[in-house]
Amino acid sequence: MTTLPPYLRIQSLTKKFGAFTAVDNISLEIAEGEFVCFLGPSGCGKTTLLRAIAGLDIQTSGRIEQGGRDISALPPTKRDFGIVFQSYALFPNLTAAKNVAYGLENARAKRAEVAKRVRELLDMIGLGEHGGKYPAQLSGGQQQRVALARALATSPGLLLLDEPLSALDAKVRVHLRHEVKQLQRRVGVTTIMVTHDQEEALTMADRIVVMNRGAIEQVGTPLEIYREPASPFVADFIGVMNFVAGTVVRDGTVRLGRTELACDADGFAAGTEVTLAVRPEDILVQDGRDEAPNTLAMRVDAVAFLGSFFRADLVGDALGGALLRADLPVDLVRRLGIAEKSTVSVVVPRERIRIYPGSTVHR
Amino acid sequence: MRAFLGVIGLYLVVALALPLGLMLGKSLQGPGDEFVGLANYIRYFSTPALFRSIANSLWVASLTTVITVPLAFVYAYALTRSRMPLRGLFKTIALVPILVPSLLPGLALVYLFGNQGLIRGALLGHSIYGPIGIVMAEIFTTFPHALLIILAALALADARLYEAAVALRAPRPRIFWTVTLPGARYGLISATFVVFTTVITDFGAPKVIGGQYNVLATDVYKQVIGQQNFQMGAVVSVILLVPAVFAFVIDRAVTRKQVALLSARAVPYEPKPQRAFDLAMLAYCIVTGAAILSIVVVSQFAALVKFFPYNLTLTWAHYDFDQRGGGGWASYGNSIRLAFLTGVIGTAIVFVGAYLVEKARGFAFGRGLFHFLAMLPMAVPGLVLGLAYIFFFNAPANPLNVLYRTMTILVVNTVVHFYTVGHLTALTALRQMDPEFETVSASLKQPFYRTFWRVTVPVCLPSALDIAIYMFVNAMTTVSGVVFIYGPKTELASISVLNMDDTGEIASAAAMAMMIFYTNVAARGLHLLLARWLERRTQAWRRR
Repeated sequence: MTTLPPYLRIQSLTKKFGAFTAVDNISLEIAEGEFVCFLGPSGCGKTTLLRAIAGLDIQTSGRIEQGGRDISALPPTKRDFGIVFQSYALFPNLTAAKNVAYGLENARAKRAEVAKRVRELLDMIGLGEHGGKYPAQLSGGQQQRVALARALATSPGLLLLDEPLSALDAKVRVHLRHEVKQLQRRVGVTTIMVTHDQEEALTMADRIVVMNRGAIEQVGTPLEIYREPASPFVADFIGVMNFVAGTVVRDGTVRLGRTELACDADGFAAGTEVTLAVRPEDILVQDGRDEAPNTLAMRVDAVAFLGSFFRADLVGDALGGALLRADLPVDLVRRLGIAEKSTVSVVVPRERIRIYPGSTVHR
Repeated sequence: MRAFLGVIGLYLVVALALPLGLMLGKSLQGPGDEFVGLANYIRYFSTPALFRSIANSLWVASLTTVITVPLAFVYAYALTRSRMPLRGLFKTIALVPILVPSLLPGLALVYLFGNQGLIRGALLGHSIYGPIGIVMAEIFTTFPHALLIILAALALADARLYEAAVALRAPRPRIFWTVTLPGARYGLISATFVVFTTVITDFGAPKVIGGQYNVLATDVYKQVIGQQNFQMGAVVSVILLVPAVFAFVIDRAVTRKQVALLSARAVPYEPKPQRAFDLAMLAYCIVTGAAILSIVVVSQFAALVKFFPYNLTLTWAHYDFDQRGGGGWASYGNSIRLAFLTGVIGTAIVFVGAYLVEKARGFAFGRGLFHFLAMLPMAVPGLVLGLAYIFFFNAPANPLNVLYRTMTILVVNTVVHFYTVGHLTALTALRQMDPEFETVSASLKQPFYRTFWRVTVPVCLPSALDIAIYMFVNAMTTVSGVVFIYGPKTELASISVLNMDDTGEIASAAAMAMMIFYTNVAARGLHLLLARWLERRTQAWRRR
């Protein structure tokens, strides 16, 4: 993936709370300047892993290296990181400027230099005019940026973001995603963000670490995670996915109900029970007459207008009653007059089908 | 942080755990400090004159509880659920008893219903000296405590529940039984136990007006001061601890549930005017408020006339404390010194202690133990703590015995005596702060004490001030905690009240008790001004 030596190296890290294993033997490497997202449902261990990296909850076993230095046993004060929490944890009785200056002020610091640096940081986050305001007088998005500036003030080697955008309104959140990402690029600080919001992870991260039940399910770029989910869990957690149970007939062919579909089922013995996964937007409606491979005759059971596209629930005898969700372009639906109860023939492109062992449909 | 926690923990061990432990041991020893097992207890339970007090204590406590809690509930209901006028004034009046020593209602009752009392006929020939007087005095003393708890419970009302009930066309009585009462039930249970415990452990009222009717608290006093029988005093103390600890445990369990209710997002309830109901509530509050005020007014009036109610010529003679049996005016000065020192030092100790318990990381066992020690004083009656201090600090072998009968030990004792409420107040304030403040500071390489000083203390200052005034007021009024450990040079105003009442100088006792009242009123006023000033000066960030 990267040729640089890793900036952060996590080796066989395990964290137990009593009998409960929150993080189970995780190993991970993060390159300098990288923006990595820990993504997963609540309780998957992503926050525990972040807190272990910060030294807030020391791991039960395992090793953490940062910049070649073993930090496994160091308390938070001896580590090199800045952190932003979901609640921002801005000191309510200090102004925005005082909050940003908090980590800069110490016996050795010169007042003028601190003031200059605070000025710079406030300008950087676009709040140069608001330095004298208290947190309660700032909007949620502004508070968030102040928290970010405070975390970056001491120029830490590692920036940790714990669900930093979750407390914001949807619109502000989308706007800030972009801004945080820009800021991170400009500063070049290695960043780890914990989130349960897949959209956030897909738009912001260089690499995503998908976690489930204390373990890593997959590590990859947003495109890899979306296009080639390594497990049914990842496939289901990221985006929308159709799952259909089937049986391998021979190499390259799987039987679903009464239909046989061509797909890359290599490596599975004939008779193996498998689950096929295909995204709704990859299902194409057959427009012309010519028969493509993997064409299915389906009936439209329901159709919902979602603004930029229609989502149709398709059923058909061909799939033995299994439901297939397909995202159809607005103009296509209009042109073909697709509505409830109409029949369509759809193509499921072979290269878009992913196959997972086991017939239990993940839902 | 652990070092700080250790220092304050050590204070609680020395000022609380060791004395109590020693006292438990004493109850198993003979006059020559030899171990005698349960012999003292056997002797106690085979002496009817002694163990009858248990039944007496339970009787007056039960009776007071059964009367006070409904009285306080209706009063609280009037304050929160009616639109009667002057609600603020009536709340203030109801809190007056907190500001006076528990000896005062006894004195006033003597003037009203005593052998030469103004309206003794109202008792139909019964004597005020005994259970009747004790219960009346205790109702006065416990009323504000019950009221505050029930007020807090009723204030939690969720308007949406009432709206839902009205939308379902429930009639008013049904709403009361299905919404109001269940919402306040934890408050009622809590108030019941607080009243019960306060009465069981109170010493002031039965001392002044109990006559020949012995209760546990006066027994401890008589065994120790009257008969110098410290072992038997320890036995009665242990027996006195039982109901207090029992009530404390239940109250804590109930309070925890109440907190769970509080966390739900509720829309505050706004009562609508209803003429008849509001007038009825107003009438009730006028009668109850007048009864409370009459105790204070009678005391003050009696202190200012030659011989109440027969010679109503005004005189300052009863204020000539230096010529009376108590500690004179010096004791008043001592009380103010004690209250001030307790307020300042106590607040600092309590606040730092609560901070360490709440914010320190790891070290769970030590913090748990500390929290337990901080909660313990609530369950320990003042007399028991005082007697424990005799055993611990008066022991010749204890190097700390130089402190005995000094102002220092009075401060140490009073801080511990009222530790728990302060601790809980501080914890509540600290828990409202973002738990990640310390984490952020650590990531910014700042030592914890800098964040404590720059953020925690300023944000919690209003609560710290509340703790300080609580400590001050209680240090002014307490008798039970300090009655065994004051010295000739450290007699307190409240003790003077007790001693002057003992020597029959009731008017002077009332005068001194009223001095305590006025001092507390002034302290409260000052607290209010200071809080306002503070809010303007340092709490600007609270405004949007």
